[in-house]
Amino acid sequence: MAEPRVETSLKSWDEVKSTTCYMCACRCGIQVHLKDGQVRHIEGNRDHPVNKGVLCGKGSAGIQQHLSPARLTQPLRRVGPRGAGQFEPISWDEALATASGWLAEIRASDPRKLAFFTGRDQSQALTGWWAQQFGTPNFAAHGGFCSVNMAAAGLYTFGGSFWEFGEPDWEHTRLFLLFGVAEDHSSNPIKIGLGKLKARGAKVVSINPVRSGYSAIADEWVGIRPGTDGLLVGALIHELLRAGKVDLDYLQRHSDAAWLLIQDPGGAEDGLIARNEAGEPLVRHRSTGALLPAKEAGDEAALHGACTLADGRKAIPSFQLLVERFLDEAYSPERVAEACSVPAETIRRLAAEIARAAFEEAIELDIPWTDSQGRRHEKTRGRPVALHAMRGISAHSNGFQTCRLLHLLQLLIGSIDVPGGFLYKPPYPKPPPPGIKPAGKPGQVEPGKPLPGPPLGFVTGPEDLLVDVDGQPQRIDKAFSWEAPLAAHGLMQRVIANAAQRDPYGIDLLFLYMANMSWNSAVNVPDTIAHLTATDPDSGDYVIPRIIYSDAYASEMVAYTDLILPDTTYLERWDCISLLDRPISDAEGAADAIRQPVVAPDRDVRPFQDVLLDLGARLGLPGMTREDGTPRFPGGYSDYIVNHERAPGVGPLAGFRGEDGEAKGKGTPHPRQLERYIEQGCFWRSELAPEERYYRFANQAYLDWAVSHGFLPKAEPITLRLYCEPLQRFRLAGQGHGPLLPPERERARLTRYFDPLPFWYQPLEEEAIGDAAAYPLHAVTQRPMAMYHSWGSQNAWLRQIHGWNRLYMARARAEDQELADGDWVALESPHGRIVVQIAVMEGVNPDTVWTWNAIGKRSGAWNLAPDAPEARKGFLLNHLIGELLPEREGGYRYAASDPITGQAAWYDLRVRLSRASPEEAAAAQSQPQFATLPQPPGSADRSRLRQGPAGANHKPDRGTA
Amino acid sequence: MTSLPDTSAAGQKKLGLVIDLDTCVGCQACAVSCKEWNDQGMSAPLSDRDPHGADPLGVWLNRVHGYEAGEGAEAQGVYFPRSCLHCEDAACVTVCPTGASYKRAEDGIVLVDPDTCIGCKLCSWACPYGAREYDQDQGVMKKCTLCVDRIYNDNLQPEDRVPACVKACPTGARHFGDLGDPDSAVSRLVDEREGYGLLPELGYKPVNKYLPPRRRDAAAAPPSLASLAGEGDGLTERFFRWADRVLSR
Repeated sequence: MAEPRVETSLKSWDEVKSTTCYMCACRCGIQVHLKDGQVRHIEGNRDHPVNKGVLCGKGSAGIQQHLSPARLTQPLRRVGPRGAGQFEPISWDEALATASGWLAEIRASDPRKLAFFTGRDQSQALTGWWAQQFGTPNFAAHGGFCSVNMAAAGLYTFGGSFWEFGEPDWEHTRLFLLFGVAEDHSSNPIKIGLGKLKARGAKVVSINPVRSGYSAIADEWVGIRPGTDGLLVGALIHELLRAGKVDLDYLQRHSDAAWLLIQDPGGAEDGLIARNEAGEPLVRHRSTGALLPAKEAGDEAALHGACTLADGRKAIPSFQLLVERFLDEAYSPERVAEACSVPAETIRRLAAEIARAAFEEAIELDIPWTDSQGRRHEKTRGRPVALHAMRGISAHSNGFQTCRLLHLLQLLIGSIDVPGGFLYKPPYPKPPPPGIKPAGKPGQVEPGKPLPGPPLGFVTGPEDLLVDVDGQPQRIDKAFSWEAPLAAHGLMQRVIANAAQRDPYGIDLLFLYMANMSWNSAVNVPDTIAHLTATDPDSGDYVIPRIIYSDAYASEMVAYTDLILPDTTYLERWDCISLLDRPISDAEGAADAIRQPVVAPDRDVRPFQDVLLDLGARLGLPGMTREDGTPRFPGGYSDYIVNHERAPGVGPLAGFRGEDGEAKGKGTPHPRQLERYIEQGCFWRSELAPEERYYRFANQAYLDWAVSHGFLPKAEPITLRLYCEPLQRFRLAGQGHGPLLPPERERARLTRYFDPLPFWYQPLEEEAIGDAAAYPLHAVTQRPMAMYHSWGSQNAWLRQIHGWNRLYMARARAEDQELADGDWVALESPHGRIVVQIAVMEGVNPDTVWTWNAIGKRSGAWNLAPDAPEARKGFLLNHLIGELLPEREGGYRYAASDPITGQAAWYDLRVRLSRASPEEAAAAQSQPQFATLPQPPGSADRSRLRQGPAGANHKPDRGTA
Repeated sequence: MTSLPDTSAAGQKKLGLVIDLDTCVGCQACAVSCKEWNDQGMSAPLSDRDPHGADPLGVWLNRVHGYEAGEGAEAQGVYFPRSCLHCEDAACVTVCPTGASYKRAEDGIVLVDPDTCIGCKLCSWACPYGAREYDQDQGVMKKCTLCVDRIYNDNLQPEDRVPACVKACPTGARHFGDLGDPDSAVSRLVDEREGYGLLPELGYKPVNKYLPPRRRDAAAAPPSLASLAGEGDGLTERFFRWADRVLSR
C-alpha cells in the first residue's frame, strides 16, 4: 500500500511578534505566532539572554491563560455585601472618576490612609514611584512573604543576592550546593544551568527536606530538617576553619575581615567599627602595629589580635570574632547532626568536598584584569564552588541570618564573583547595603505632597526607622519599625490584619494589584476574610472602608472588592522589565526587556499601568502632570517607558538611549526606543568584556563600566561584609544606647537576634510551641514547575497536570500511623485544622510533610466549575498558618516573621497529623470548604476552549463525539 | 493488518529521540510544548473535554511521570517522559486493520492517517508503552509525529526544525536525530551513556532511547579534613597561627 502523502512544510502562522513571557517571574523571551490576528502558538526566543530559546511548561500554556474564561471583561462595582460577589458593570469613565475621587480625598487630608500594595507585579519601578508621588509610605509589593530575607541578607553582606542579583558560574562550577525550594524562580536559567553542570560532570548537592524536581537529579540529596540549614552551614564553616581551608588573601583584600571593632562592653559604641575622623574604618598593621585606614594597609592588615585605640578603648578585627564563634563546639558536626537530621559524617564529607573543589581544584582563566588599587593580575583565579537558595531559606523566621551564613560560607572560601563561584548580575554589586533610605518618617507625609523619597529602602540604624518619638510604626504594615527594621521589601502580609485592627491606625482605601490576598497570598484565609469584611460596631461601616483591586482574572480576591479595574493579559500590553526594578541581567551582561501588545484586547479592559498613570494625571500628581495640568504621559505606559527620567539620562529602559539611540545605560530619551527594542526581539543587552566579568567589587574596568551605565555613582571598590554593622546599631539600641530607644518589649529581641555576625537560632514558631511533641511535624510547600501562583491553576492545560494537591509524607511515617496512600487525614496546627488526602513517598525528611502551593482554589473562583477538583480536593496550608506567634510574657503577640526583616515565616509551620473521621473520609473532600463564589458579570462560558483549527492531517467531519 | 516497510538496509534513516533521565527534572516543558504545537499543527486539534470543569481530560502526545526507585533516603527520584518510541517492529502498525497506522519508509516515523483510521483502538491495545491517545471528539487515534510538520518545515529557521519538545526542554535532556546513523550525535550519546530502549524483551525495537541516571561515584569522596596542627592549643590559636604563616608568605 502506498504511504499517505503528508504535507510537512505547512505555515500555520502569518506573523511572528516577539515579547516577554509573564507566566511566572522568570521573564523569558517569547515569539508569539499569529494567524489572522489571533494567537496561534508561542515559542521561546533563541536570541534571548534569559531562556535562549527554551520555554517551560507554563510558558507553552500561555495561550490558555491569554484566552481564559476567567478573564474579567469590564469594570465592576460591588452592589451586595463584601464577599457575596455581587457586582454591576460600570463604564471606565465612572470607574476612574470613582477611584480618583476616593484617592483625591485621601491625598488632600492624610495620604497615609491609602495603602497601595501590588503582588507579582513586574512594574514596581512605576508603582513605587507612583506611591511616592501620591505621598503615601504605605506601598510595597509581595517581597514580604516571598524573599525579602534572601534579598536583604545578600545586599547587606556583599551587595548582591541570589536569584535576580546573581547566579552560579554554570560554565566553571565543579560543586553546586542547592539549598531548599528553588524551583519556582529563575526557572529556566537554573534548569539550563543544571543541564550544563550535569553534562560537565560537576557535582550537584541538594540540601532540601524533599527530594523532587531539581533535587531528584542531584548527585547527592541531604534530606535536612526544615529551618536548620543555618546550623548545617555553621558546621561546614566550623570544619573549614578547623582545617585552615579559607581564602585569607581574598578576605584580606576584599572583605572587612581586618576592620577593627570597638570592644567596650556596656559602652554606647561597643561592637561598632573603629573609624578615624574621616569616618574611614581602621585596621592594625600586622608588623608595625600602627592603626591606619583600611585602604592604606594593603595586604598588611592584621586579621587577629587586640589593640588599643587612641581613646584607650580596646579593639579587635571582626574576623577574630567570627573565627571564635564558628570554631566553638556548638557548631561542630557532632553537635548539630541530630537537630539537622544530617549525620555528622555527611557534614564532614561535604566540608571536605567543598575544600577540595575550592582549593585543590582551584581554576585559573587566561583573563588578565586590573584591580581597583591598580594591581595587574595576569590570570583570573577561581574557586569552583557555588551556592543557590530561595524560599526554603527565606520563609523561615531565621531566614535572614541563615542566608547570611550561606554568603559567609561563600566569602570564606573566596568564591563570590570569581570563576566557578557565585557571580553578580549587573547592576550588582552595589555597596552593602545600597544607599537608598525609606521615606515616611513623621513629618515626611504631608497632605497634597509627594514623599521626599521612595517608600522602600535600606536602613542602617535606628535613626532611619519610620517610627515616631514613642517608637510607634508609621507604616500600616509596620515595616521599618522596631518590629521589622530591615523590611526592605515591605510587609504585604500584614496589611489587611493591621488595617482591620486599626493598628497602628485605620486606613481609608486598600488598593491592590495582582495579589490574591483573600486566598493563597493570605496567611490564614478565614482570619483574612474576617478582616476584609469586619464592620465597625458603632457605624456599621466596613473597618477597611474601601477596596480597589486590579487583576485580569476572577480570582478569590475579586469578591472582597468594592471597585474592580480589569487588567489585560500579558499579550495585550506594554511593559518594561527594568533595571530599576528586578533585572533580567546575567552574569556576563546587563539586560532589560519590554512587552509589546501582540494582540488588542477583545474586552473592555485596560492595562493597569495605563490606568495608574491616568489616575495620577487626574490627581495632578507631580511627575505625571505638566505645569498646565495636562497629563505628562498622554500616550500611557509606553509613553512613560520612553520619556520618564528617574534621574537625568536614567529611564525605565537602559537600551537605545540618546539622540541617536546608541547610548547605553544613560542618555536622553530616544523617540524610537521601543521600535529599536522590537527590532531586536524586545530585549537589550550590554555585554561585559572578559576582563570585566570577575572580582567586580574591585575590578577597575567593571567599576568604570558600571559608572558609565549609571549603575554606580562612583568607580570605588566595594568591601564585602562579614560583619553587619547596621545590626549592631540596633542591638545597641536594644541595650539602651543611642538617642532613639525601642519600646521596652522590643529590647530583648533586638539584643538576641540582631547579631552582626550570623548565627543559627531555632525558628520562632517552633520555640514558641515549646512542646515539640505536640506538633511533631514540619509542614512546607513548594510550587510545581508547571504552575506558578493561583493564576496558573485555572489554565486548561496546566490543570490537567496539577488539578489538585495531596499532602506528601514519608512512607515509613505513614506506616507507623497505619496510614496508606490516598487516606484522608486531619492536619492540625496551633492555628487551625484542615482535612486533606495523603500521598506517600520515599524522598522526604521523615519529620516533614509537604504539598504543592496555590493549587487549591475556592469553589467558583477563576471561572472553574464549582465542583472542580481544585476546590473539592485541593487545599491550602495557609489555613494553618498564624499571623501572630503565641503570647509572650507581657501578653504581646509578635508577628510570625523574621524579627530582622519581617519576612513572613510560613515555612516555620508545625503540625500534627491523624486519621480523619469516618464521615470526613467518606465525604472525600478537603476541609475547610468555603461558600461557592458567583461568577462576576460578563464572564465567558467556561465550557468553551480555544482549540487549534483543524490541521492538515485531520478531517473535522469525522467527528463522532 | 498493515505491513511495515523493510528498514533492514544499512544506512536506513531512523529518526527518534534520546531522552536523558539524568537531567530530566520533570518540569513538563516537553509535554506542554508538544500539546501546544500539536494543538495547532497537522494533528490539531488535540481535544480537551471539560476543560474548566470537574473532570478535565485532554489528548496529550507526550506525558511525564515521576517515580521513586528504592526505599527511604536511598530512594532515587526519576522523571520519565513518555511518548511514541517509533518502534522498528511497531505492533501498533501491524495490528491496524485499515492501514491508517503506518511507519514511514524514508525516516521510520510512525504516523496515523486520519482518512482511514476508524477509531477501533486496536493500536492502543497493541502498544505496550501506552503511547497512543484516542481523540474522543474526533474519533481518531493520535500520537507523537516526531513533529514531522516541524522537522522538515521550510518555514522554520533551520535550528528550529526539531520536535517542539526538544526545542523547549530547558535542561537539554531531549535530543533528536538519526539513530540509524551510528556516527550521529544521538547514536554516539547512546553509546557513551549506555542508552537503552524500553522493554527490549518484547522485541518491538523502539527507536527512541533513554539515557540512565549517571552513576554516582561515592568512592571518590575525599577524606575528612585534618585539623590544623598544634597539640594542646585551642582551635582558634591554631587557626591564627596558621593564618599568620600564610599571610607572611
